[in-house]
Amino acid sequence: MAAPLLEVDSVTVDYVTDVADIRAVDRVSLTLQPGEFLGIVGESGCGKSTLLFAIAQLLSPPAEMVSGSVRFGGHDLVQLRDDELRHVRWRDYSVVMQSAMNALNPMKSIGAQFKDTIRAHVKMAPDAIRARSAEVLRLVGIDAVHLESYPHQLSGGMRQRAMIAMALLFTPQLVIMDEPTSALDVVAQRSLMNQIKELQLKLGFAVIFVTHDMSVVGQYSDRVMVMYAGQIAEIGATASVFEQPLHPYTKGLLDAFPSIRGPRRDLTGIPGSPPDLARPPTGCRFHPRCPEAIPECAGVEPAVSMVDGRAVRCILVGEPSRERGGHDG
Amino acid sequence: MTPAGGERVLLRTQGLTRHFRLGGIFSQQVLHAVDDLDMTIGEREIVALVGESGSGKTTVARLLAMVYRPTAGQILFRGRSVRSLRSRKDVLRYRGEVPMVFQDPYSAMNPVYRVSHGVLRNLKLHRPELDRAQRHLEAARVFETVGLTPGSDMLRKFPYEMSGGQRQRVGFAQALAVRPTLILADEPVSMLDVSIRAGILNMMATLRDEEDVSILYITHDIASARYVADRLIVMYAGHAVETGPTEVVLSRPKHPYTQLLLSAVPDPRDRAPTVSADSGEPPRVINPTEGCRFRWRCPIAIEECGRVTPRARPMGAAHEAACHRAVADGQQPQTHPAPTRHEVSEAAS
Repeated sequence: MAAPLLEVDSVTVDYVTDVADIRAVDRVSLTLQPGEFLGIVGESGCGKSTLLFAIAQLLSPPAEMVSGSVRFGGHDLVQLRDDELRHVRWRDYSVVMQSAMNALNPMKSIGAQFKDTIRAHVKMAPDAIRARSAEVLRLVGIDAVHLESYPHQLSGGMRQRAMIAMALLFTPQLVIMDEPTSALDVVAQRSLMNQIKELQLKLGFAVIFVTHDMSVVGQYSDRVMVMYAGQIAEIGATASVFEQPLHPYTKGLLDAFPSIRGPRRDLTGIPGSPPDLARPPTGCRFHPRCPEAIPECAGVEPAVSMVDGRAVRCILVGEPSRERGGHDG
Repeated sequence: MTPAGGERVLLRTQGLTRHFRLGGIFSQQVLHAVDDLDMTIGEREIVALVGESGSGKTTVARLLAMVYRPTAGQILFRGRSVRSLRSRKDVLRYRGEVPMVFQDPYSAMNPVYRVSHGVLRNLKLHRPELDRAQRHLEAARVFETVGLTPGSDMLRKFPYEMSGGQRQRVGFAQALAVRPTLILADEPVSMLDVSIRAGILNMMATLRDEEDVSILYITHDIASARYVADRLIVMYAGHAVETGPTEVVLSRPKHPYTQLLLSAVPDPRDRAPTVSADSGEPPRVINPTEGCRFRWRCPIAIEECGRVTPRARPMGAAHEAACHRAVADGQQPQTHPAPTRHEVSEAAS
């Protein structure tokens, strides 16, 4: 296997407040190969956006990365100074923020915003800037005349595409996307996802894609990571996670929502609501909502164990793997 | 156009139309949000109004809630025109019978009041016969009906102490307090996490079964409509393009837009990526001309679609579609050039 593009090693992020430190991300580790598509799934407040910000080194107070490292293309991003980081950020990796409706400046044309982005990172002649802007806009299927357009003249789907075009200005190796499709209709969502996948195959960049809707990443990602209350619940190849979810929370997410095909089934969703991270439950953080919980779950925090190439944080799943021997991580 | 199962009609619209003038006072631009909509809602029935953003579904809810006045057409509630409600008392009674639940539970409540505020105020306005103690008892009862237990404790909370799902239940409790017959629920689950949506949908079904209310469920998510609705109305660009019992419409969709919507739904268990050239661009509804409004995106459009606006035609039992090319159950398709992937996928389903 080639050297990984990104190695995230036990990253922990706290939100420091007067009352308590809230641990939003707790010892999360993952690796990403060049050209890989990783989906990160979890409920609101599970720390998935905070994790993205930690990876991109965009955290600002009160959020603070208290431990861990983020190695990307030979650099440890945590150790880089701001001016060094500027050479890497956006050129080698870029971020597509949630809700493009608000991420674009309403007072400036699309072209002017592209120009600002390019100028912040490299020196380039005006003609070359125009040519490159038009090129990336055409990549996402928008006519280059829209460089003159203002955000309000574009539909939601087009604004989201323009954001993705902006992320591709420097042909990065990694594009981080935070729920880019959540504000779109199903038809526009499907079309955008197809386009992201197409571009990814064509240009070869890796993608980290965050969403709360498991069905969105099912068809597009190579691997999927399920987060719960700041921790990894399960991570593995998408096909195997969808076919045979191991963690009870993953099962819950997969069964939470009606299917359009097959017989109509009654659904229960996942009972209860996500925990308050200022006072996380003892033991396994999912046990108060878990349909399969046993008394031990409240006492011991389960370790991450490896089962068939998948990392799972659940004592019900972990133990058999140890008996089979050798796989324990 | 009659409700499934022969239930009695609660609300009927005839040629309901709402236009908005855009721009300055000399502007000739008119946005056709809802055009010539005929629909019915039966007693104890959940009707899903499905469509993309800009299809006019929220405008329909606001027309029914008397927030907007129709440009043309009328709304008949229990056979009586809503326009004939003149006195404050009559209007108040109608609004009590047809309350609304909003999309965003985070901004629909005043953060400085306890969540009991909205419910108690509704009770005071709409049910003046209750005294203070009875209002509190009734508020606790409706809280428990929507799954907020124990009701008397939950009433004392502030919005920030509740999760999104709980807040949306408060929205339904506020509607339920006024003893409604029809709740207009505008995208009640779209802002909520996938994991708790099923709970809200189940609660809506319980309200229909146990509290005898009808619900107009407005959504862009056809899978959730399938889960909870008895009947579907699919809207596109201000027109109702297809209506019928949920399972009939979903198993034998007749309108190409319904077929497109169905093919776009992501299914966690279906891992083969679907391929379509359609980008989901919104329809043109400013000064629309005669003709089908879906024709620019339609894979089976013919010349007639650009000349004549299709009218709803019967497709089967209680099933209608407004499409020149739709083929009713049990009929032979007319021979037209270029069969399409939609016809292929329909044949496969």
